[in-house]
Amino acid sequence: MRNKLPLLDILAPAPGAPRQEDPALFEYTLPAEITSIYPLTAAEKLYQIRLIDPGQRERFTFKPGQFVMLELPGIGEAPFSISSSPVRRGEIELCIRAVGKLTNFLARLERGARVGISGPFGTSFPLEKMQGQDLLLIGGGLGIVPLRSPLLSILENRSSYGRVDIMYGAKSPAELLFTNQYEEWRHFEINLGITVDRADKSWQGRTGLITELLQERLSQTASLRDNTYAIVCGPPVMFHFVCKMLTEAGLPMQKMFVSLERRMHCGRGKCCRCNIGSTYTCLDGPVFDYWSVLNLKEAI
Amino acid sequence: MIFKVFKKQELARLHELLAGNLIVGPVARGKDRNGKPIYDFEVISDFAELALDYTQTVHSPKRFVLPYRETLATFALNADGWEKQVDLNVRQPLVFFGMHACDINALNKLDLVLAKSTYPNPYYLGKRKTLFILGISCNPEPQCFCRSMGTDFASHGFDLFLTDLGGKYFAEILSAPAFNLLSQLSCQEPSAKDHRRYKQIANEKSRRYTAAVDISDLTKILDLEFASKAWDYWGEKCLSCGTCANVCPTCYCYGVEEQVGLDLRQAGKTRALHSCNLIDFATVAGGHNFRPTSASRLKYRYYHKHRGFVEAFEEPLCVGCGRCGTACLAEITPPAVIASVRGKE
Repeated sequence: MRNKLPLLDILAPAPGAPRQEDPALFEYTLPAEITSIYPLTAAEKLYQIRLIDPGQRERFTFKPGQFVMLELPGIGEAPFSISSSPVRRGEIELCIRAVGKLTNFLARLERGARVGISGPFGTSFPLEKMQGQDLLLIGGGLGIVPLRSPLLSILENRSSYGRVDIMYGAKSPAELLFTNQYEEWRHFEINLGITVDRADKSWQGRTGLITELLQERLSQTASLRDNTYAIVCGPPVMFHFVCKMLTEAGLPMQKMFVSLERRMHCGRGKCCRCNIGSTYTCLDGPVFDYWSVLNLKEAI
Repeated sequence: MIFKVFKKQELARLHELLAGNLIVGPVARGKDRNGKPIYDFEVISDFAELALDYTQTVHSPKRFVLPYRETLATFALNADGWEKQVDLNVRQPLVFFGMHACDINALNKLDLVLAKSTYPNPYYLGKRKTLFILGISCNPEPQCFCRSMGTDFASHGFDLFLTDLGGKYFAEILSAPAFNLLSQLSCQEPSAKDHRRYKQIANEKSRRYTAAVDISDLTKILDLEFASKAWDYWGEKCLSCGTCANVCPTCYCYGVEEQVGLDLRQAGKTRALHSCNLIDFATVAGGHNFRPTSASRLKYRYYHKHRGFVEAFEEPLCVGCGRCGTACLAEITPPAVIASVRGKE
């Protein structure tokens, strides 16, 4: 007599104990449609994306700071910060620079194209804790992209927050993102400071490093200890200088948040490509407080 | 745990009882340049193929639960969009006939991150849950430091574990299928003498280790020595070839690629195991590489295994099998690397 072992159907519910996480949800893609495309610069476009299934649209919610995996079947899949406000369910905006295989392919798509979305994944900015406080949103280059989602949430609830400053630096005026929205932001009593590394002939604004903008802002306040939160997002070198300045200005580490970028192949804490030690940028981040970042070697 | 003993010749009968399933076991695959046999895990069809007195296989058993390449999904492309089909690639139960304690413990460690964490990986889980594992005792080889890692014995993660007592096997039974199987053999309850012999063999095994790693307080020491010159020393030697991850029973990092069929009507999504020592591991679009030097990548491998994983799961992601050191062309071994970082060269 030969004993043939039974094949377990792992997708069948386990007897007695309901599953906490459905394994069938590991590899899924929600069909979505690109509803609008706004070119922002020569390299970046803002894509409005809407889930196709009304039920999925209704269930899809996210918090500012979280990201989605965007998939083009046969081309690839990559993580992108959500740039829009969470108010519209099942609709997101992604600001994407054409820089790799997937993003260059995406740049050639037109309105109505089908893409796949999974998520949202990762941690978010604790906006509820930030209420009643002054806010510093500091972005360098594409770092403005993950800042836009918390910013729009703040604008929707402007009276709940104190003074709000945005400090934004780009390499050149041609690379500034969301230029058509600055007036609207200012309309909501947002102090918007913009600086570029290299001016062109038409540039009327500031030239210089973002740290100079920050220095000016810091000189207006004695200490950031009691009533300020900061969100910092930009290239690795910017984190070093900006976070150091904020710390010296008295801002407690647990009130300073950064959003980190890493390579990701799953978004679900399995591929290890985004690991910093064994901390997964996809699960434990991308939003970290400054204490967590300092505690992780090689984070910034 | 329930224990039994049975005569050695009964083992062929045990194999016979399981032979309706796909059986994987250690087989001899020729000799190395020093004349020592090379072993690997293969699907076997005959009990005589099994080399149960094997020293160590070149590759770990992970490929049977975590294939090097695996199709995650296929897409049928059409004018309106696409339809995604997911197949977990769980085909049939697999019997592992003769797995050492280190490899059993390696699967237990993979379970922590792939099965018992947020977003359990169903491709792994499906294959893992349909494994029947028959473990077998081993003798320490010069490269083995499993005793240092606390993985020299397996306390769970198998169905049946056999220890060679001489003329008979001492069987530890951990599952109902294993119990039912043994009830079809001629088994006895172990005597007091068998208990003594089992403990004696375990003690002898413990005395025979020559390699060791001091992991006490290692998470802290790794943080202290983040800027140590030792990393540059080993980084200089490292070929960034990824062989260590390839043979490692616990390395599970991967990359995902997608392909479009030539007829443009279908597409596929494939997972391929990667290695954190390969140069592009942490390179993001646009070209920034978070770990551009081989020293930073080698260091990261040790940080993940001996610091990060400990922080997340209270145990290191290493079972001390020593395969990485044996396979490494640059002769980099964990005992040497960790000793040098600790300043104990």
